[in-house]
Amino acid sequence: MTGTASPRSEGAIADFGIDTTAQSTGEAVRDYAARLRGGDLGSLPAVLGLTALVVVFWALSDGFMTLDNTANLLAQGAGKMIIAMGLVFVLLLGEIDLSAGTASGVCAAVMAMHYVRAGNLLGGMGNTVFYVFVGGLVVAALLALLMRIWAGSVLALVAVGIALSGAAPNPWLEMLLAVCVGAAIGVITGFLVSKIGMPSFVVTLALFITWQGVILQFIGDGGVFGIGTQPVLFSVANGNMSVAGSWVLCGVAVAGYALVVLGEHLIRLNRGLVTAPTPIVLAKIAAVAAVAVPATYALNLNRSQNDFVVIQGVPYVVPIVLVLLVAGTYVLNRTRYGRHIYAVGGNAEAARRAGINVARIRASVFVVASSTAALGAIVYSSKVGSVDPQAGGLNTLLFAVGAAVIGGTSLFGGRGKVFHAVVGGLVLAVVENGLGLLKQPAAVVNIITGLVLLLAATVDALSRRRAASK
Amino acid sequence: MSEPILELTGLNKSFGPVHVLHDVDFTVRAGEVTALVGDNGAGKSTLVKCVAGIHPMDSGAVHFNGERVAIAGPRDAADLGIEVVYQDLALADNLDIVQNMFLGRERGSGWLLDEAAMEQAARETLASLSVRTVKSVRTPVSSLSGGQRQTVAIAKAVLWESKVVLLDEPTAALGVAQTRQVLDLVRRLAEQGLGVVLISHNMADVFSVADRIATLYLGRMVAEVATRDVTHAQVVELITAGRSGDLGLARPESATV
Repeated sequence: MTGTASPRSEGAIADFGIDTTAQSTGEAVRDYAARLRGGDLGSLPAVLGLTALVVVFWALSDGFMTLDNTANLLAQGAGKMIIAMGLVFVLLLGEIDLSAGTASGVCAAVMAMHYVRAGNLLGGMGNTVFYVFVGGLVVAALLALLMRIWAGSVLALVAVGIALSGAAPNPWLEMLLAVCVGAAIGVITGFLVSKIGMPSFVVTLALFITWQGVILQFIGDGGVFGIGTQPVLFSVANGNMSVAGSWVLCGVAVAGYALVVLGEHLIRLNRGLVTAPTPIVLAKIAAVAAVAVPATYALNLNRSQNDFVVIQGVPYVVPIVLVLLVAGTYVLNRTRYGRHIYAVGGNAEAARRAGINVARIRASVFVVASSTAALGAIVYSSKVGSVDPQAGGLNTLLFAVGAAVIGGTSLFGGRGKVFHAVVGGLVLAVVENGLGLLKQPAAVVNIITGLVLLLAATVDALSRRRAASK
Repeated sequence: MSEPILELTGLNKSFGPVHVLHDVDFTVRAGEVTALVGDNGAGKSTLVKCVAGIHPMDSGAVHFNGERVAIAGPRDAADLGIEVVYQDLALADNLDIVQNMFLGRERGSGWLLDEAAMEQAARETLASLSVRTVKSVRTPVSSLSGGQRQTVAIAKAVLWESKVVLLDEPTAALGVAQTRQVLDLVRRLAEQGLGVVLISHNMADVFSVADRIATLYLGRMVAEVATRDVTHAQVVELITAGRSGDLGLARPESATV
């Protein structure tokens, strides 16, 4: 392997501090092409695949590219997409969290029980179960303290507080409760993986089954908690922003993106740091605007198929996903914590020698994943308007892992972005939705979805091999 | 000859029943390259790891800049300005050069890293080492050659205004041209006034850059000599037999066991 063998570095060997930072547009494009050839594909295959799928379904089905269906598709896919966003953190370390799906179901069940039982979790669970539940939360809080994951400890204690206080039902409180329970679950998973040292596959497989049982215990065989009657909980996935609000969101998103990207670009340019060429930066901003503005316009049209109701505006799930995308990207790219996650995923031994507390990082990503999964649970429960014993079960988790991997996050650790979960989540949502509209039986939907995932994993493995053999 | 910057005296280290280092004395002088040579299992890496604070010492004293110090962990060594470049380099492939150089010691607050400051400092360090082979400091380490990785690992050690840099077989996996680059770099470190310790099996490398050669034989420091006073053959004898003429261990008949 020689660094000077690639075509891009021919004649480009320069001293540091002289002309290494500026790059022409042509060079940048060639650089990108070289990176692709080198196996660093990122989300490109997923974006291309998504485009192809949309074109195919558009051509085959009259109902696919309708306003109604597009908005519906976003809401359908959002829950798993959000779970996938949290899983990216776990996958970055080369670990896996098979329990994220059913863990999210537990969070949904607790949230729904709080609403249905008017805040009386003790009555909803029965004495023994309630004390075990609260005890578990306290243990999680202590374990988090032990591992010095302060946020996990605080969230677990908040859950204890809400459970013991028997506070009156309030949708925001219930959503907070769900996230806190998620954090506590993540602390337990993280402790078992990083402090006890069990492989995450085994720990989370066991917990996957355990949480499934817990959901059944909470809800009861054949039971169901309806949350569709709570306006806030129902609107999370079914409500839309006002037309004006939608445009504000569009403006804030595009202007915010432009401000951050362009601002950073100019600062770097000013200080003589490594920068992408200005045309490429501008092109990125233009691309974001080119997606956001027409999409906002389309979603602001009335998509009701009934003359008596008006359905318009951007669904709430869009800002929810966007906020999580921005937050996750910020944490991974701009904070010390995010940097250390990548370092541990890339070379845990190097990270350890650099003084990074590897065990703490390893435990913390499970807290992030489970808390985010709880958010996903809020969205998917809201979509169907109820929580039943199957919540988060079946293939929820596998779809979420699939979404992250299809988007370009590596199963081998070290490579991945929160954005990958969004793209991959869209791919899976389009496949499921499109095949459904084509009246394909579940068998075909499952087979195709599986093959898409297999394809993505193959791309991941091959690109990794290519990168290693370079 | 300058004052020793790092001086170990009477260092002992055992792993269970295995006595790895016997009363080892070792000095590192600022502005000099000290080669640490010895056969496999002679205790070179253990010595380095004791200095780096990875292994606690059983007994012995460490003086740094003439002051007695205790090295209880890697942090203590780093705080003194002792940096180690390990044989396996310890770089994260998925991070770029700047990110690797600052790993674990990022600048800026925990919630917002100061990328600009880190990038500038990294470039200044690389420029001060006259590194000319890397196109951009934002290149991911995965796309660097072996020699370039070694360079990054060494630059990472130098970045921290370190006083002593220990290099564990930095040229073992490199080709001829890349070895030359790395050895030039090692020489420049010494010229900048650092105390440099070079562990190597390659006598040609040792003779081309080292000012002094310290030889370990079965856990004992048998000779610390100036490079110009010894020949290639003498050093090889010291490594393999523990003595060479008057150098090294005493003759068996007069030795006290």
